[in-house]
Amino acid sequence: MNRIDDIFSKKDGLLSIYFTAGYPNLNDTMTVLNALQKAGVDFVEIGMPFSDPLADGPVIQRASLDALNNGMTLHVLMQQLKDMRKTITMPVTLMGYINPIMHYGVENFLRDAAACDVDALIVPDLPWQEYLDNYKALFEKYGLHNIPLIAPQTPDDRMKFLDDNADGFIYMVASAGITGNIKTSEGYRSRYFDHVSSLGLKNKRMIGFGVKDNEGFRHACAHASGAIIGTAFVNHIKEHGISEEAIKAFVDGIRKG
Amino acid sequence: MGKYSVSENGMYGHFGGAWVPEMLYPNVENLRQNYLKILASDEFQKLFTQLMKDYVGRPTPLTYAEKLSNIYGTNIYLKREDLAHTGAHKINNAIGQVIMAKMLGKTRIIAETGAGQHGVATATACALLDVKCQVYMGALDIERQAPNVARMRMLGAEVVPATSGNCTLKDATNEALRDWISNPEDTFYVIGSVVGPHPYPDLVARLQSIISKEMREQLKEHTGRELPDYVIACIGGGSNAAGSFYNFLDDESVKLIAVEAGGLGLDSGETAASIARGTEGIIHGSRTMLMQTDDGQIIEPYSISAGLDYPGVGPLHAYLAHCGRETVLSATDDEALAAARLITMKEGIIPALESSHALAALPKLKFKKDDNVVVTISGRGDKDMATYLKRFFDK
Repeated sequence: MNRIDDIFSKKDGLLSIYFTAGYPNLNDTMTVLNALQKAGVDFVEIGMPFSDPLADGPVIQRASLDALNNGMTLHVLMQQLKDMRKTITMPVTLMGYINPIMHYGVENFLRDAAACDVDALIVPDLPWQEYLDNYKALFEKYGLHNIPLIAPQTPDDRMKFLDDNADGFIYMVASAGITGNIKTSEGYRSRYFDHVSSLGLKNKRMIGFGVKDNEGFRHACAHASGAIIGTAFVNHIKEHGISEEAIKAFVDGIRKG
Repeated sequence: MGKYSVSENGMYGHFGGAWVPEMLYPNVENLRQNYLKILASDEFQKLFTQLMKDYVGRPTPLTYAEKLSNIYGTNIYLKREDLAHTGAHKINNAIGQVIMAKMLGKTRIIAETGAGQHGVATATACALLDVKCQVYMGALDIERQAPNVARMRMLGAEVVPATSGNCTLKDATNEALRDWISNPEDTFYVIGSVVGPHPYPDLVARLQSIISKEMREQLKEHTGRELPDYVIACIGGGSNAAGSFYNFLDDESVKLIAVEAGGLGLDSGETAASIARGTEGIIHGSRTMLMQTDDGQIIEPYSISAGLDYPGVGPLHAYLAHCGRETVLSATDDEALAAARLITMKEGIIPALESSHALAALPKLKFKKDDNVVVTISGRGDKDMATYLKRFFDK
């Protein structure tokens, strides 16, 4: 069973943390991953840096550029993750953009990610129809889930279409915007979250983009299975470093306030 | 439907498409479902046609270039987009898209700009049609293109510096797309070239196709023949070339020559020749040829011309080049400068640096004496005077 399915069948109030591979230093990827598990997060999203990350705000863009300057590539990342299951038991998702993956070769990439025992991919600029027509069979062959995104502007029939053809979970973008951006009021977001809940989608949902603290986390947990936090974490390690203590302090702050 | 038309889902062969995050899907889909209907509507056609004529000053002339014709031993005609209002072909597209935005009920316009020509055109269209306008421009380009920044501000547009990445056109495009993701309800994104997710490449090509429509009519008046033997245009993203080629695509006797910016030379590592030196990939929502590393990270291209240093190229051009319908040449900075000098001295026309790349293809081609050759002068050189003065007189 895919670890994602397992965790969603057992728990609510899930916390997933995003971090950029190869940041702040090239070989920090496993250090951060181990520290996050030890701090008790439920799963992680490892960002694969891209020069032109359309769905990301300035903090993650900056971290991505630093990681690329550090020498991070998809090949390097696969090397870094190949033995991760010696220590990592939680689900691991990879988030990145389609161009570097295509350059790597989509099937090669899926094969290598599966060999590292990754559980799911999040590729914001891989259109869903393209995925269904050309890549779904490959994802299934390698046992990887492809996680769809929905946003407040996504029409109901589109949400149902994404849900029908998705496994794992649905990544619910909290407000119109890019990562790290909070433009809409809590009331607006609550109505949107409640509306999505009322649609009876088959997949569980995680809320991301703009969740940054205990209050946001609790709000997300009240409306979905949990939250994904990225920008706030990247800012935190930029300021406080990647020691186990620093990372635990962040995770505790989110969970307990 | 011609042989080279875009498919319903936005493909030119295997190029094109709409590789956008789900957050943009509703906006792009809304445009896809409506753009052809709006373009064909009486309301759009009436206003667009009237503004092209009375405001932009179309048709722009087709000028017989007698001295260039003698030099190259053929008949050379210049399509004078430099004489359109605001000084370049960009205004055709900007006015068309701003009308479309209003018909879709949008109240705020965003645009990206590199050299500033598309930004000025969009700011102009927004002033005329009374819509709020924000233009994203790389922080580095804001420094390099001060006169156009001043024009946009005077026209009432807010110029927003793009400070991510390399602070140039590709980053301004990223920022504009991010703005659109963040403001999906009230905002329309006016893209300046035949790039981006479907339907933009087709929309922009259609709005610019007025260039080749006029060429046919004017060439017939000049020569008695509607079809030229060659049409030559520069390509960065490729909007003036798309407009110049559009109505000749299915006339296979017409040779279509696209001229990329070679920069310091194709193999110098300092070039913007995306078709000659790029590889297939996805940028700004479109599968096309682009400058990238072996790991699929996008490379900042180089050209002396700020309007041609885009790392990708419109998917239509990637496809036309792929099937051999258009021939892709390149011109270096120095070749473009020499061509600019020549046409200025011989014909009294100071071209934009972009257009100079098209002119620089003339000595690379073998014409027959009775060939009719049309070169699109996509814009005028006012914005490039600092570069010209520096390169011609600061010895």
